[in-house]
Amino acid sequence: MNSQSTSMERREFVQLLGAGGLVLAVSLSGCRRLSDALRGAPKAATTSVTPAAYLRLDDTGTVTVICHRSEMGQGIRTSVAMIVADELDADWSQVKVEQALGDEKTYGSQNTDGSRSIRDFYGALREAGATGRALLEAAAAKQWSVPASEVEARQHVVTHRSSGRTLGYGELVATARELPMPGKAAIRLKRPEQFRYIGKDMPSVDMADMISGAALYGMDLRREGMLVAVIARPPVYGGAVKSVDSSAAEKVPGVERVVQLDSAPPPSAFMPLGGVAVLARSTWAALQGRQKLKIDWDHGPHATYDSAVFRTELERSVRRAGKVVRSQGNAARALASASKRLQADYYVPHLSHAQMEPLAALATFENGKCDIWAPTQHPQAARDTVALALKIPVENVRVSVTLLGGGFGRKSKPDFIVEAALLAREVGKPVKVVWTREDDIQHDYFHTVAAQHLEGGLDANGKVTSWLHRTAFPSIMATFVPGTVYAGDGEVGQGITDLPFAVPNLRCENGPAAALTRIGWYRSVINIPHAFAISSFADELAHAAGKDPKGFLLELIGPDRIIDMTKAGLVAKPSNYDRSFEDYPIDTGRYRKVLELVAEKSGWGKPLGSGRGRGIAVHRSFLSYVATVIEVEIKADGTVTIPRVDVAIDAGTVVNPERVRAQMEGATIMGIGNTLYGEITFKEGRPVQSNYTDYRVARIDAAPREFGVHILPSTEQPGGVGEPGVPPVAPALCNAIFSATRRRIRSLPVDKQLAGGIASAR
Amino acid sequence: MISMTVNGRRQEFSGDEAMPLLWYLRDELGLTGTKFGCGVSACGACTVHLDGKAVRACVTPVSAVEGRKVITIEGLSKDGSHPVQRAWRAHNVPQCGYCQTGQIMQAAALLEATPKPNDAEIDQAMAGNICRCGTYVRIRAAIRAAAVEA
Repeated sequence: MNSQSTSMERREFVQLLGAGGLVLAVSLSGCRRLSDALRGAPKAATTSVTPAAYLRLDDTGTVTVICHRSEMGQGIRTSVAMIVADELDADWSQVKVEQALGDEKTYGSQNTDGSRSIRDFYGALREAGATGRALLEAAAAKQWSVPASEVEARQHVVTHRSSGRTLGYGELVATARELPMPGKAAIRLKRPEQFRYIGKDMPSVDMADMISGAALYGMDLRREGMLVAVIARPPVYGGAVKSVDSSAAEKVPGVERVVQLDSAPPPSAFMPLGGVAVLARSTWAALQGRQKLKIDWDHGPHATYDSAVFRTELERSVRRAGKVVRSQGNAARALASASKRLQADYYVPHLSHAQMEPLAALATFENGKCDIWAPTQHPQAARDTVALALKIPVENVRVSVTLLGGGFGRKSKPDFIVEAALLAREVGKPVKVVWTREDDIQHDYFHTVAAQHLEGGLDANGKVTSWLHRTAFPSIMATFVPGTVYAGDGEVGQGITDLPFAVPNLRCENGPAAALTRIGWYRSVINIPHAFAISSFADELAHAAGKDPKGFLLELIGPDRIIDMTKAGLVAKPSNYDRSFEDYPIDTGRYRKVLELVAEKSGWGKPLGSGRGRGIAVHRSFLSYVATVIEVEIKADGTVTIPRVDVAIDAGTVVNPERVRAQMEGATIMGIGNTLYGEITFKEGRPVQSNYTDYRVARIDAAPREFGVHILPSTEQPGGVGEPGVPPVAPALCNAIFSATRRRIRSLPVDKQLAGGIASAR
Repeated sequence: MISMTVNGRRQEFSGDEAMPLLWYLRDELGLTGTKFGCGVSACGACTVHLDGKAVRACVTPVSAVEGRKVITIEGLSKDGSHPVQRAWRAHNVPQCGYCQTGQIMQAAALLEATPKPNDAEIDQAMAGNICRCGTYVRIRAAIRAAAVEA
């Protein structure tokens, strides 16, 4: 293994600036896919050409698509390859995918979060493929001395139309290398009806590795002479080591070093938590060694954080007026004069990512340079933070991205990578930092905890005339900016300030909340509590008005229109997932269509047996529209089972419908786990839960028996897919529970709230 | 000294016999297809076959493997052609893939013991294997398909 991994390390690019500023690169060792590299170098090509940063062609005919986004189950390595290969008109069997190094100057943002890989790079990836196609056509035209207009590239072969002569893509590489890169004016993008791969179901390029055990994740990294490090971190966020006795740990066979790490004081941003690292020749020895450490901790300023106490503070925060983030009409006056007035409080606890692969990262440090291999969603943040921590130039930090065994936002924070870098420099050997499951859950960047207060007023016809929404939660910004107590514009922009309802009197407020632990983003972020409150409260109002919840939602959303966000009473800065409302408007017609589609497919309105119920919810997030109907069956003992789920999504243009369906299934099932059992509670400053035994996630018995995903055909710009499936789940599920039991769940998780059975719930 | 066979090859181990089989497979034999997920037998990512039965390698000490036969995902088939692996491919089951080797080993053991499982038997047998990506609907479908094919 060592000699093979060395060949990977020696891999280098010779980069030359080509005409027009495009980069030509020659790979000396071919495919950089980790599993290939470790199995043995593939057949080396003699020469190659790189028409764009995302694409390399070599004279064996192999097309290597360079994927700069991290693969964590969303299928991005396949989707990126599909887009490039389609515009290149490549034969899929000759396409390989290589994972890019962390290098944002070359590739653009590699921060794989916010469901933005396709929506931010669809155009650039198409252009890359089309540039390659134009280059090959130019090369063929030159070889045959005919005008480029007479040749056509198709399925890995360029043909001269009149003579029927053909040349394979690989045969054209040597000539292509000598040509100037076609500029934007010279390339032709395909029309959608010409797509060969885009919009078609394609299997994962990593399938064979994933079912055979060959797929390599961060946890699987190994190097000759490597030490494995496990770290005892401060039990309370903001704590530090007072003193440590490591004598017993050092006696464990296999343990080589014990190293104390500094703790970054809160807000610690991406820096590690500090603690005491035990470095050993095997994982088992390191784990044994850590158990034998005797550490006296200074627990720091958050040692009294207690979830029960904090909940009352949050709830107090939303029962009084907060900072106004959006206001239209006069909600207070309209509420006072309403025929019927409703109010409700909602609570969503902390969650932990608990992705299947606990954190792990490998680092080497030699001659002032740090080499990292890690399952990271954000290689640039890893480079920047490692450079900062080691006080070396960022150019001296190289980050190679492995497959991620789940991410969900946790692996966009590079604290675990910095730990490996610091330790590798300290011991002068390759170091792999391994987090256990307990480490992972206890030291997460937790999904925030939120309390919300809603009030609504109905007129005599059961129409909503006023809507008040107050939200309070520790902001993610508190992890980066000291003294943060109010939410960021982007956070209230996830459900609150972008509310699409046609309600004349609307007021949205944000109450203060300090963060007493490390808060971070978790798949779909603040949309989780906000969608829960909004779609639950809409359901409550529907029942109060005596109307069908689906029809009531359509009425709330109102007629088809583009909402003019400049006239929507926004006080907070407009936020639209970093895109303008001109490019990605809030389109109520798209809400209507997903609602109508999901209602039709789910059999909405058809009678169900006793103990059963359906719930519906709709939410726009990450620039996609999702409506979900969940059918529940409540057993006599209060157990919730889910016979059927239907999801309708309008994500604009879709690249790989197969993976869109998979993401809707997965996001829904994750959402079911969040809703039914997900809860991290704090006591004496530390999380009570520490493994899957007490932090419950969805298992197979919680999964729906039937699952329908319905994709709205669309030629709009691509929206997000990884996250938007999550937000509608909690309200749809709790609305279904209400339908089945008349029991309204306003506090998550559902957990034991139905334990008394349906009878007592009524 | 502990002797065992792993994927048909005889292996001898002379270290700490309390070490879980998981770390022996991963750290010493380089068989990293068996995954570390929880360390407490709560997630199933480390599932291997011990004398044909599915066990969690993370809580199976090496001492318990003396004289026995271990099959890991690397030994389930030479070329990914086990009926369960084929069904996994046909149903595009994996998302991140991390738990899937454990899922496949668990499913293969289920079909060995119960060739035609019903839905309740599938759920029961697979309840110890967590997939945080939520691929369960496809796992059920793939197991049903593999059962028909086998």
